[in-house]
Amino acid sequence: MVAEAQVWEALDEIPDPEIPVVSLVDLGVIRSVDVEEGQVRIEFTPTFLGCPALEFMKRAIEEKVPGAEVKVIQDDSWSTDKITPAGREKLRAAGFAPPAPRLVQLQSQVHRCPYCGSTETKLENIFGPTPCRSLRYCESCRQPFEQFKTI
Amino acid sequence: MNEQALLGLADDELVLGWRDSEWTGIAPMLEEDVAFSSISQNEIGHARAVYDLLVGEDGDADALAFDRRPEEYRCAPLVELHLLEWAHTIARRWLYEVADEIRVTSLKADSDSAVAGLAAKIDREEAYHRMHAEMWHGRLRDEPRFQAAVEELWPYALGVLPAELRGELATRVGLAEVEPVERGTHVDDWPSLWDEMTMVRRSAPAGAQW
Repeated sequence: MVAEAQVWEALDEIPDPEIPVVSLVDLGVIRSVDVEEGQVRIEFTPTFLGCPALEFMKRAIEEKVPGAEVKVIQDDSWSTDKITPAGREKLRAAGFAPPAPRLVQLQSQVHRCPYCGSTETKLENIFGPTPCRSLRYCESCRQPFEQFKTI
Repeated sequence: MNEQALLGLADDELVLGWRDSEWTGIAPMLEEDVAFSSISQNEIGHARAVYDLLVGEDGDADALAFDRRPEEYRCAPLVELHLLEWAHTIARRWLYEVADEIRVTSLKADSDSAVAGLAAKIDREEAYHRMHAEMWHGRLRDEPRFQAAVEELWPYALGVLPAELRGELATRVGLAEVEPVERGTHVDDWPSLWDEMTMVRRSAPAGAQW
């Protein structure tokens, strides 16, 4: 019999297809895991609705947890605030500025460079290589970097 | 759930996503090439989510999106226009985003929690489209060519919203209400876009495999 904790562990081994330094669990897109009489049910939410990796993620989950019923939930339960502290640290270490918490972002508009920590950064482009990223430039260490958008 | 209104929203997002993606590869700046491609991807994602909601769990969103005759689409004529000219393109983006914000805000208060939840999710992403549209509006608003494009598209922009929300749009945009170009009518640019959009689907009705 599979335990819920084992399912979470397995899901934590699935890398995000676009930013593989973080797992689906780090990203906070696994909304629930439910095990009842041996049947595993997993609900997950897309980050961005236009995410082309949605089907890919669904298949990856089904392969990792054979027999699981996987459901995509398109409600408003995900925001970048759901990214776990571990996930944020992994993003930063890989040169992606993690998204500021929504409350902070709405009030301050401060963006910190993931390389040197300076807040002297400027927006280069609201849009980047995937829908979830913006492009910024650090004026302190002169490093361009990708900023995970707060949504 | 007002299905016709939701179908209109989904068709708007699908068709505008298609139109804006016409800049992919040829936008005047690399940044805009990326921006238009990304915005289009989001808009088409929103369309997919709304079609999914309309067809229900076992339904086929692709069938709803692509198996209708051109006259059956419920998109506003604004999004059908073929506008490969920058002032008009930005005028449409700006007018559409202002109208869409009013519409999505009203849907967030919908009594159907599935509709309200999806509208809230869409709204999070649209915030970045609005930033982009406002940035360009700020740059171009004093340019006569841009002002002329806004004037020209204004009756079409009014047609994005139901009558009761048009007053708010007029106030936000700063123009007086005029006779709108209504949803349910189609412009001459539409049939060729429909033909292109549905070509793969019609050539492989069972579903193309990639």
